[in-house]
Amino acid sequence: MKEVKSQVGKSPGPGKQGGLNAEIQSRIGHQLRAMYDDVVRQGVPDRFAELIRKLDTPEGGGGGDPTAKPDGRE
Amino acid sequence: MPLTDQLRDDILASVPSLRAFAISLSGNGDRADDLVQETLLRALANIDSFQPGSNLPAWLFTILRNLFRSDYRKRRREVEDAEGSYAKTLKTQPAQNAHLEFEEFRAALDKLPQDQREALILVGASGFSYEDAAAICGCAVGTIKSRVNRARSKLSALLYVDGAEDFGPDDTVRAVIGGSGG
Repeated sequence: MKEVKSQVGKSPGPGKQGGLNAEIQSRIGHQLRAMYDDVVRQGVPDRFAELIRKLDTPEGGGGGDPTAKPDGRE
Repeated sequence: MPLTDQLRDDILASVPSLRAFAISLSGNGDRADDLVQETLLRALANIDSFQPGSNLPAWLFTILRNLFRSDYRKRRREVEDAEGSYAKTLKTQPAQNAHLEFEEFRAALDKLPQDQREALILVGASGFSYEDAAAICGCAVGTIKSRVNRARSKLSALLYVDGAEDFGPDDTVRAVIGGSGG
């Protein structure tokens, strides 16, 4: 277990709200981003790629924009 | 604007960070993915109201955030298994110590008031500017700044200052010193 008492103990005052310790703040920032980036790195799950692909094609057909390719691909 | 290939690709590219935002907010992987799905459906249904050239991620985050809030009001804290189901969504399981630290962090984050939590995530993890975060939350820039600051103070108190009690009766010592010092 890591202890941060040397950092916390540095300030002579109660230090609960005032002077937020830079070390603690950078740890919090780091943990927050680690949690977040862990999910970001998982990329796009298939279900969402499929969802967007399906919805991309107009359902009713009809519509007739002459410049629109049916699937947008070559 | 119509759903062009480019726009569709851009929406897809936003999915990873939308998921991260949803999981950070809700603490629950399954629910987060439902939120993302609903966000995408709503975005695609309302794609005409998206202004070309404006900030697409911010637009999508706004939709997700509003969905989460209306959903949240209905459910309150139905899910207490936040850490457990969140951990399942992780591909790379952190090592034991890191995992414990992570769970402590997650638990502390869940203790924040929702306004503060979302502000902190948007600015501190998603990397939005204060201005964008304010637009997403529908409040003033100054409000976001103060929410982020309060969130940081509170997290630091929950994670680190509380732990300080383990190694000394600080208040007592201070009272004695303060008293004798006059």
